[in-house]
Amino acid sequence: MADAAQPALLTTSDGRPLKAALLAAQARAKRRAFFLVFPLLAFVIITFVLPIGQMLHRSVYNDGFSASAPRITAWFAQSEPGAVPDEAAYAALAEDFKQMKADKSAGLAGTRVNYTLPETRSLFTATARSADTLAPPYKEAFVALDPKWGDPLVWEAMRSSSSAYTADFYLISTDRERTADGSIQQVPENQRIYLYLFVKTFLLSGIITFVCLLLAFPVAHLLATLPAAKANLLMILVLLPFWTSLLVRTTSWIVLLQGQGVVNSALVSTGFLADDGRLDMMYNQTGTIIVMTHILLPFMILPLYSVMRVIPPSYARAARSLGATSWTTFRRIYLPQTLPGIGAGALLVFILAVGYYITPALVGGADGQLISNLIDFHMDKSNWSLAAALSAMLLAGVLVLYWLYDRLIGIDNLKLG
Amino acid sequence: MKKLLILSTALTGMAFAANADVTVMSWGGAYGGAQTEAHLKPFTAATGINTTMVDSENPATPIKAMVEAGNVTVDVASIEYADAIRLCDEGLLEPINVADLPAGADGTPAAEDFLAGAVTDCAVSTDIWATVYAYDTTKFSGDTVPTTAADFFDLEKFPGKRGIRKGAKAVLEFALMADGVPAAEVYATLGTPEGLDRAFAKLDTIKGEVVWWEAGAQPPQLLADGEVVMSTAYNGRIFNAAIGEGKPFEIVWDGQIYENEMYAIPKGAPNKDAAMEFIKFATSTEGLRAQAQYISYGPARKSALKEELIFKDGKTVMAPHLPTAPENMGNALESSFTFWVDKDAELNERFNAWLAAN
Repeated sequence: MADAAQPALLTTSDGRPLKAALLAAQARAKRRAFFLVFPLLAFVIITFVLPIGQMLHRSVYNDGFSASAPRITAWFAQSEPGAVPDEAAYAALAEDFKQMKADKSAGLAGTRVNYTLPETRSLFTATARSADTLAPPYKEAFVALDPKWGDPLVWEAMRSSSSAYTADFYLISTDRERTADGSIQQVPENQRIYLYLFVKTFLLSGIITFVCLLLAFPVAHLLATLPAAKANLLMILVLLPFWTSLLVRTTSWIVLLQGQGVVNSALVSTGFLADDGRLDMMYNQTGTIIVMTHILLPFMILPLYSVMRVIPPSYARAARSLGATSWTTFRRIYLPQTLPGIGAGALLVFILAVGYYITPALVGGADGQLISNLIDFHMDKSNWSLAAALSAMLLAGVLVLYWLYDRLIGIDNLKLG
Repeated sequence: MKKLLILSTALTGMAFAANADVTVMSWGGAYGGAQTEAHLKPFTAATGINTTMVDSENPATPIKAMVEAGNVTVDVASIEYADAIRLCDEGLLEPINVADLPAGADGTPAAEDFLAGAVTDCAVSTDIWATVYAYDTTKFSGDTVPTTAADFFDLEKFPGKRGIRKGAKAVLEFALMADGVPAAEVYATLGTPEGLDRAFAKLDTIKGEVVWWEAGAQPPQLLADGEVVMSTAYNGRIFNAAIGEGKPFEIVWDGQIYENEMYAIPKGAPNKDAAMEFIKFATSTEGLRAQAQYISYGPARKSALKEELIFKDGKTVMAPHLPTAPENMGNALESSFTFWVDKDAELNERFNAWLAAN
């Protein structure tokens, strides 16, 4: 028969091709699945992706100057970098100042230029106040108002502020500045702080993570191996501080560790220390490490515990029965199986530590400050662009470490609970 | 510490604030309490307009975010002088006309009644406060008590730890005044590289003995705990601990740095008109006098200082405890907002670099 050469198309009972019907059914299921996760997706986008995107945008965008002073901005756009300002430039600036006086926006423009070159903000507000007196020849008029208007550094600062998109804030966050001819150099040594604090933040966070691991490992092991009743009691002891306010825990540590505090007084009264030899454990780096370790410890214990709980004890017994020493058993059998928990705990603690600011602010003293304290300072002073640039660098640092972690240990091995 | 604890409840406060007619944001602690008692409660009693107090670590910080997001929830904010100038310049505050403010109790027009600089384009002074230093009278007494700014840096005569605010502002000025620079020349000196080096060199002499504090409630706590023997502090906090709670603290006024605290209305405040009424009420002669009965910050109206002010305990005369008292003004410096809006970032970088270097 002729039909036999051509296989009949499989159809559903209502005559549609089976393949199409299957696709339609799957699409429906996919839509339903998407509908289910949509609230979460929207939540993540609104609370996470958008704000971070906005922060990154802010770190390279600031139109405080360009929006307030459009004419001089146009002049900068068409002149060579480093060009000596001519009369046309001063005339454009004078027009801008008259407008800024009317709009009351000189403060905004001055604030932006001040970020790049200190002491220019008052130059802007003062000049705007007497903007009506400016008359040709403009260059002489400006210099007569304030000799700084003849300073090439001021013009270079205005030039770099004139573009709304700028890398200036990243320059500042890497302790660099522009010279009069537009090249980039390090700021004077006594002003370098950000790179130092970045390194210090990562170093301190590393130390805190390591100490947390050392302390959490035995506790988690105990939790995982004790009989349920005792383990539950121990678990409550771990979780209780976890549920207590951060500030309460921080201040409790101040009470314990300060010079006239409980620990020092106990050591002095028992004769271990002389009264003038009290230990400095608070308001310095030591204090920051102790308090942050305590506060972050549960974040290390919990992932470790969840991993250790499911490691069958028979593996270790098998190793022992085959003649391994207890150290070898631990090193070659037990430890490798806890790696996912170690990885998860370390990553959690490290990332939390990098962004901590209340605790170092309260107990850090002179040498226990972290980069987040300076981010907070710039937020306070409304210098959001610099705060954003510093945060972006912190974010980049964390992402690099995350990538390294993925390469070395593998992110799939992570086990959070 | 109290201020920081209150911070954590601030968010809860915000939620309730939505229903109130005038929401005031201030610093919490003894200071916010004084404003609540002296301004918010009497205002509600007098006008029937509800008021709510919201605490913040620094009320100037959220204003920019609120205005830019178009979601202003605060009608009146109590902010520092330099912040009032800066936010006004950036168009984040409603303008205030001095002619709209009530005349003094003696009929003097507001423009003449307020002290110089106490009314700006966008803000009105609620008080004058000062950064001073205080010492523990159980540690130093008799003839060997610190009396000058220089004594704060004299470790031989007055051994022990010092508390200083962690930040460049008011610290660098204080160091120069302690080094013998007259108040009138402090900012000119600090503006030169040599002057700045001089200030840091002075701080170097006690760097090893310093406990750095950040929140205004910390210095009285540090003194009470015996952690430090003397500390820079906001004078009202020391007053409340010493007079209010009977702590053995004594203020040294030599080298004090004072400035106005300002009430301002954020741009786009939901109840702008009621907010303006509140500011008129609070910065009237009676309003300023009322606040000075709760905390030792000086009123910025001449008419408010004419009659004697008595603390809420009913017996302490406030006048000698105010930064503006003539006997406290012997060697005093008015904080310069122009200097700090220009150099805040630069000097804090230098300050933090100095702190970090050992």
